[in-house]
Amino acid sequence: MTLRNKILVLVAALAVLAGVATASVLHAAGREDRKNRTQAGGPPVTAGKVSLTPDATRKIVFRNMAWGPHRDELATVPAADPAGPRTASGVKCLRFYAAATTGICLQAERGAMQDSYRAVVLDARLKERAHYSLPGIPTRARVSPSGHWAAWTVFVGGDSYAGTNFSTRTAVLDTRTGRLTSSLEDFKAYLDGKEHHAADTNFWGVTFAADDQHFYATMATGGHTYLVRGDLAARTVTSLHANVECPSLSPDGTRIVYKKRVPGLPADAPWHLYALDLATMRETALAEPRSVDDQAVWQDNHTVAYSLAGDYGSDLYTVPADGTGKPRHLLTAGLAPAYLG
Amino acid sequence: MYVADSRGTPAAPADAARVSSGRRSSIAPTVFALGTVSLITDVSSEMVTAVLPLYLVTGLGLSPLGFGLLDGVYNGFSALVRLVGGHLADRGGRHKTVAVLGYGLSALCKPLLLVAGSLPLIGAVLAADRTGKGLRTAPRDALISLASAPESRGRAFGVHRAMDTAGALLGPLTAFLILRQAADGYDAVFTVSFCVAAVGVLVLLLFVPSRAPAAALPQDAPRASLKAALALLRVPEVRQLTLAALLLGLATVSDSFVYLLLQHRLGVPDRWFALLPLGTAAAFLLLAVPLGRLADKVGRRQVFLGGHVALLLAYVLLLTGWQSPALPFLTLALHGGFYAATDGVLMAAAAGAVPAGLRSSGLALIQTGQAMARFACSIAFGAAWTAWGDRTALGTAAAVLTACAAGAVLLRPSNSPKEARP
Repeated sequence: MTLRNKILVLVAALAVLAGVATASVLHAAGREDRKNRTQAGGPPVTAGKVSLTPDATRKIVFRNMAWGPHRDELATVPAADPAGPRTASGVKCLRFYAAATTGICLQAERGAMQDSYRAVVLDARLKERAHYSLPGIPTRARVSPSGHWAAWTVFVGGDSYAGTNFSTRTAVLDTRTGRLTSSLEDFKAYLDGKEHHAADTNFWGVTFAADDQHFYATMATGGHTYLVRGDLAARTVTSLHANVECPSLSPDGTRIVYKKRVPGLPADAPWHLYALDLATMRETALAEPRSVDDQAVWQDNHTVAYSLAGDYGSDLYTVPADGTGKPRHLLTAGLAPAYLG
Repeated sequence: MYVADSRGTPAAPADAARVSSGRRSSIAPTVFALGTVSLITDVSSEMVTAVLPLYLVTGLGLSPLGFGLLDGVYNGFSALVRLVGGHLADRGGRHKTVAVLGYGLSALCKPLLLVAGSLPLIGAVLAADRTGKGLRTAPRDALISLASAPESRGRAFGVHRAMDTAGALLGPLTAFLILRQAADGYDAVFTVSFCVAAVGVLVLLLFVPSRAPAAALPQDAPRASLKAALALLRVPEVRQLTLAALLLGLATVSDSFVYLLLQHRLGVPDRWFALLPLGTAAAFLLLAVPLGRLADKVGRRQVFLGGHVALLLAYVLLLTGWQSPALPFLTLALHGGFYAATDGVLMAAAAGAVPAGLRSSGLALIQTGQAMARFACSIAFGAAWTAWGDRTALGTAAAVLTACAAGAVLLRPSNSPKEARP
């Protein structure tokens, strides 16, 4: 083939491939555009005032994922009518949690060369009190029952070819003083009674106790996960139990609901919800038969709420925390709930 | 260049002559073509790498933790693929065919990512993608060496590696621009990545000659067979190079550990963490050509060893824990310099030791030895970190690197001038 013909072949192929590439980008852009238009039959969403201060009607505040102009905004619905009209706040969060009029919102921030993420501490009127840069993709967020402490977990992506190693980074923040521990790896860790340090140690899924001093979280190392109990004053974490991920402490502080890796399930959906009685260390399987990848939220001392994949990203469900009953659909197109009041 | 020119070596007149001859012998068009193929392919693959964590977490809603997408077993398999690729390429001088297979396989994996919806399937696609990379590396490096004059091979590999790294820097940017047009447009990223990879394969098919110039393959060249490839280890120079690469690889802490240490010991803020690999890549890009030329002038072994001295300096900087805003930049510059002084330079040195007829096999052998040693180092370093903490682990790595570098110096053959001044 002459050079002229080679160049002709290359130019022709470039034209075709550029066409395919452009079409795929336009197609994806069009699809994203549709998500910003309200879908028929979806829950009605109107802009309004959202406050984290409890009032006469108990509410659920969550990330609204219904298509339309208020997609990804924090929204509230009455807890008694979760399928009812939503009030959207205008504040966009990927992950969220709130307690005692303190909110923690993990959100994306657009940049010129790459997007980044930040954690924003919100007051009762969802106004920013402080913000912190995040080193990765947000996955979990929690606030202590007093509102004094906040914690979050992000995924830090692999940097090797074909990105195969992932780690997590979990930060703990004193919202009163602004003192930030950017990684729980800075805490002294005890595994089965012995001091433990390893490069492969990862923490995720913090849940706070009501005493403002203790918390629970997942520690992973050597291919195993452990429930650890943390002490914010002594800056230590101590393992209590194996095969526990994303613990969530009951309001009365007696039980933990968590994801347990159950043998025989598919590699990418390996978890069932379990409850652990902290006094007896007895495990009870909850009645949700599907694999759950979420940090559950306690609706009261008897029921937990959690997300499962849905048509608009994620739907919320509830199930009794004692292994009885059946899962119930809570609401469509929502994620990261917190109960107000 | 000024680094070399400012050195008042006794061999200055000879060096000057070499510089002028180096300017006359320009980089072969094949090297530029292969550099272009690598640049385009790296744009394609780094686009995917950049969005993969986000895709898994937000696109598919998966938790990638605790599930190694490519496990240790695969590392062994990948070494085997590389050796097989090298051997197949040497049989009948089919370097280009094997390279096309490798680049083609990786290109075909991109649209497969569109349909692979679960972690095991994505792991399988990534494994196939890496298999393609394993297949093509040795034949491509053999083609670069066969197309270049022996005295300018260091520079040729430098040009290739610089182009390759430029692609790796452009890839994430391209992916970002697509996601800016369409948030969650991962399908578009994968489709564009495939189109880009296809252009790479096409440039390879059209603009890289399939046969090495006849002059490069003498008649009395040994026949390519597995036996002949293994017999290469009996050639003193090849054995010494392999041993040196292996020894030094045993003390080369993997990139992810270096970035983790930068954060742990130097307190690099979280928001810069994702940018650390870019620092290494930028230094690699800037230094690959000058250090390649330097290797042609002062000897490839020396520059290869010098690269490891740069790495040792980076370890020492990390060990001091000295809190200065300049320190992360300095560490990354040394880390990138280490790659610039070792990656292409080792191949240039190896090309001088391996006969043309066994070029791919020989390069594959040395690359594999180095990769396996680095993998072993990663495992050992992780274990040392667990047992003793990061500071002691790094101190040990620095000590091992010093010992291995000393060992590699002792390994120098007595007739080294022949190699150093090809």
